[in-house]
Amino acid sequence: MTVYTTNEIRNGMKVMIDGDPCVILANEFVKPGKGQAFNRIKIRNLKTGRVVERTYKSGDSLDGADVVDIDAQFLYSDGMHWHFMSSETYEQYLMSEAEVADTKLWLKEQAECLLTLWNGTPLAVTPPIFITLKIVETDPGVRGDTSGGGGKPAKLETGAVVRVPLFVQEGELVKVDTRTGEYVSRAKE
Amino acid sequence: MLPPKSSWSPSATVEILQTRAKLMAGIRDFFSKRQVLEVETPLLSHGTITDPHIQAIPALFIGAEKKTVFLQTSPEYAMKRLLAADVGAIYQICKAFRQGEIGKLHNPEFTLLEWYRPGFDHHDLMDEMSDLLQCILQTKPIVRLSYHEIFETYLKINPHTASFVELAICAEKNQVDMVSDLSDRNAWLNLLLSHCIEPHLGQENPVFVYDFPASQAALAKIRPENPPVASRFELYFKGVELANGFHELLDAKEQRKRFEADLLFRKQQGLGASSIDERFLAALEKGLPDCAGVALGIDRLMMLALGCPSIKEAMSFHFEHA
Repeated sequence: MTVYTTNEIRNGMKVMIDGDPCVILANEFVKPGKGQAFNRIKIRNLKTGRVVERTYKSGDSLDGADVVDIDAQFLYSDGMHWHFMSSETYEQYLMSEAEVADTKLWLKEQAECLLTLWNGTPLAVTPPIFITLKIVETDPGVRGDTSGGGGKPAKLETGAVVRVPLFVQEGELVKVDTRTGEYVSRAKE
Repeated sequence: MLPPKSSWSPSATVEILQTRAKLMAGIRDFFSKRQVLEVETPLLSHGTITDPHIQAIPALFIGAEKKTVFLQTSPEYAMKRLLAADVGAIYQICKAFRQGEIGKLHNPEFTLLEWYRPGFDHHDLMDEMSDLLQCILQTKPIVRLSYHEIFETYLKINPHTASFVELAICAEKNQVDMVSDLSDRNAWLNLLLSHCIEPHLGQENPVFVYDFPASQAALAKIRPENPPVASRFELYFKGVELANGFHELLDAKEQRKRFEADLLFRKQQGLGASSIDERFLAALEKGLPDCAGVALGIDRLMMLALGCPSIKEAMSFHFEHA
């Protein structure tokens, strides 16, 4: 296990705090001229997503967390588990519905994702930034409207609901930004 | 992360360097008009400090034999040796070096303005520092608050009497999640001051905090009041600690006791060993005029005066670019 002292801690490093893997968001050196030096560390818990701040005496150490990101393909969901396969080793991983959380709305079979592993077990999945999905349900648009102003809700094949322009119809393919959940453009197969 | 080796450019803009030079000239002019003598003392010294929370950067001197010497952490001892030689009022603008200190407000090499005034106590020196800041930076008048007052105002706690546990609870109540084991009461006080009070200090008018707990006297006189307090002050401006000053301790025996206590504390806390600067103590034994002295961080002052986000932008080349 790697151990880091507070002055080695950099943004983006993964460390163990309260038994959970966390990512460092900020590390501020605080030192009164004549007094004890501290490091104020801001972290995001990778399991819960919560952001917290902790203060350490400078020079104290933190255990590194064995967290790695791998490229993986989303294979399928059986309703209980979401199955992924490493693009490099072809090893398969599975995540529960609670673990994939809202990301499931952006997972289409065969999509290339980023799988975050902690001690070899998936912790989180990041979908591709842009994905193309089919509209399975939306109201017919008003004839002649091509402006896109306003828009309407459309349900996609993964269950996600996004706002699309009025001229986009059921059965069409749309490109969506998964970071914001916003419609980008119409797409071809 | 270090910038690439080919990154040659300064960390400050030319405009900032010009303003910095102008402010430096203003400081020299201020002292020259008041007949305070500019001096220079060694940056490389055989002795160093015992202060448990300041570590010196060692350097290897190769002469007839190899010897570890130290980059000075402050010109205080050398300047006091000059005072013992009856040089009168003196000031110095110099570099100081501190091991491991790097951050938004820290650079391992930084510029200090330090000055000493025979015949002054700490309040007289605060008056003069106030004149200096209003003269070169046109700041608002400086407010004075005792160490006791700032803890009562911002945390509703008495820093002189609160127990260990009360200080820890106070930190928790103020959303400071302290992970490490702090076995020292002063560390808790420093934690509360730096995390919960400092950000509020000097947002409008700069603030002098004075009369520190006797346990944080450093090289200041301790006045036998109830509770005893140290004649020490610090200056805060826009939430940043800018200066530290003392009505100087003159008693060589008392000074030696404090140094020995520092060495013991270092040993107990597993901090690096140090040794007592005997040349400094010999000067105290010879006798120093009653005086007050203060050190002001020039890079931080420039950072605030020029509206820089950190001290990096206020110096020509910060450590990562050096």
